Amino acid sequence: MTAFIEAAGLVKRFGRVSALTGLDLHVEEGTVSGLLGPNGAGKTTAVRVLGTLVAPDAGTATVGGYDIVRQSGQVRQLLGLSGQYAAVDAHLTGRENLELFAQLHRYRKRAAVRRADELIDRFDLGGFVNRLTRTYSGGMRRRLDLAVCLIARPKLIALDEPTTGLDPRSRYTLWETIDELVGQGTTVLLTTQYLEEADRLADQIVVIDGGRAIATGTSDELKADVIGERLQVVAADNDSLPAIEALLERIAGTTATVDPQLRSVVVPVSDGRTLLAEVTRQLVEYDIVVHELGLRRATLDDVFFALTGHRTDATVDESGDGEALAASAGTDSRGGEQV
Amino acid sequence: MTTAEVTNSVGARLAWMVRDYVLLARRYMLHARRLPAQLFFTMLQPLLFVVLFAYVFGEAIPLPGGADYTQYVMVGIFLQTIAFAGMTTGAGLADELGRGMVDRFRSLPMAPSAPLVGRAVSDVARNAFTIGLMILIGLAVGWRISSSPLPAIGGFLLLLLCSFVLSWCGMLVGLLVGNTQGAVSAGIGVVFPLVWLSNAFVPLTGMSTGMRAIASWNPVSSFNVAIRELLGNPNPVGADPALPMRYPIAASLLWILAVLIVSSWGAMRAYRRRTS
Ligand SMILES: Nc1ncnc2c1ncn2[C@@H]1O[C@H](COP(=O)(O)OP(=O)(O)O)[C@@H](O)[C@H]1O
Ligand SMILES: [Mg+2]
Repeated sequence: MTAFIEAAGLVKRFGRVSALTGLDLHVEEGTVSGLLGPNGAGKTTAVRVLGTLVAPDAGTATVGGYDIVRQSGQVRQLLGLSGQYAAVDAHLTGRENLELFAQLHRYRKRAAVRRADELIDRFDLGGFVNRLTRTYSGGMRRRLDLAVCLIARPKLIALDEPTTGLDPRSRYTLWETIDELVGQGTTVLLTTQYLEEADRLADQIVVIDGGRAIATGTSDELKADVIGERLQVVAADNDSLPAIEALLERIAGTTATVDPQLRSVVVPVSDGRTLLAEVTRQLVEYDIVVHELGLRRATLDDVFFALTGHRTDATVDESGDGEALAASAGTDSRGGEQV
Repeated sequence: MTTAEVTNSVGARLAWMVRDYVLLARRYMLHARRLPAQLFFTMLQPLLFVVLFAYVFGEAIPLPGGADYTQYVMVGIFLQTIAFAGMTTGAGLADELGRGMVDRFRSLPMAPSAPLVGRAVSDVARNAFTIGLMILIGLAVGWRISSSPLPAIGGFLLLLLCSFVLSWCGMLVGLLVGNTQGAVSAGIGVVFPLVWLSNAFVPLTGMSTGMRAIASWNPVSSFNVAIRELLGNPNPVGADPALPMRYPIAASLLWILAVLIVSSWGAMRAYRRRTS
């Protein structure tokens, strides 16, 4: 296995906003990497810089061994990019879109028609390919967009939030399609705001915030306290919050997070089932009334809290300076461990 | 792999570029057919103007020598129609670029200018169709082409050249403004003064001295006078006309060249600079 994408210190500014503040990225050939981050983290910019659509202000990157700035032509030939907004022509049918873009990829008319047929088969677009795309649902449009970006048989596909805004069924269909592509050896770089999506699809998860990678690893490597289980208790009243907090911290042996608004106390756990029984027993013993008690999977918010000590919404619309962000993290950042 | 081999000779690159232009021009022409309502209103507007001017304002605007106002005003309406079409194209461009299309266009191995050139070319084709319909409307209300066929054809070709240039102006406006709604308003803000401060609807002879000077140097006036001359329509420019009014065809061609260079350069630059 060799590195297909190698990026070091990518910086991109738009006016006063720093979208990337020194992004490092290493993607192995034939694997799926997921850029995980909240709105405004710099995911789209990362994909567009790697896709040669905007030039970085600093830093270097190669895709398939080609430099993204000096050899952008070669990079584009390797890459199929499906942007955050499915970019298909609304006033053409799905088939017309495929044929047009194939022709613009320099296929002759008849070859373009054949390629369109192949992709229609492969992505199962037959049911709606002759309708104008402006009548498509989000899921249909996304599948067509994916088909369009595969026309020239790219070695790498970059998918920017491919399932944002899709209903669950369309999301699963798309996941299966991505699995299939990976099975055929395509390297995939995808961005997402959903932890479960990164966990389900990606071999490597890169958590990004403020325009740089703040954690990288397989989901197992990140699991323990970052993306593992959470034990959550919702108190019946605010007065019992401190008692619950103390109880959970004692049992789990780590810092709990309290959200007074939701009256919830959350603590990361590794052996949730056993601890749950113990928590139940002690709640009864101390006669604390609760509304909810359970195990749940980590959310993006939890991941961020574990990694940075601040919540995701605090990262949006900031200058993008990581240090400043961590230092100015919200008032509820008590006790979050820094990684 | 069935893609054609990529060659780098100048001839081959030129051929690919032309093919990109044709593919995109065809695409925009398809759009026109897919948006029949838009097409209908594009047609309705000049029709309304013909009726308005021929039957309502016509009596009130005197021409020297008692010439027929309907004969005079048709060319002005032609030009206003294609000017609005050019601005509509700018709004269309702003609209399509707003939704991730720039990135898709850029990641294709096509000529970077293709989306813009394709639009301008398809506008010319679409306007040829509109002008054809307007000729019929004009003939129906008594307008006549009073020159011989060759100059008349020249007149319509000049009109189509204007259409090409005005599309580039529209795209420049659309790219500078950046969003559809703004582009529509800005387009109206450009077209109205440009057309109404010319001799499109009111002859120079009916204007005050100051207005006449402005109107004489307005490129739209040169187009009006040149095309009226080529179609044999009444064409009063008054005594001691300004330079462009004396050599309207040469002035029109120079204006077209100058505006084309500036607007296409500006539009391409704005397009390349767009970051999303
Ligand atoms: N084309 C652009 N012009 C100006 N600012 C931009 C542009 N693209 C992104 N940004 C800014 O850069 C930051 C990162 O944006 P983006 O890469 O889109 O993040 P994400 O995709 O993770 O939501 C945001 O603050 C965003 O407003
Ligand atoms: Mg994004």
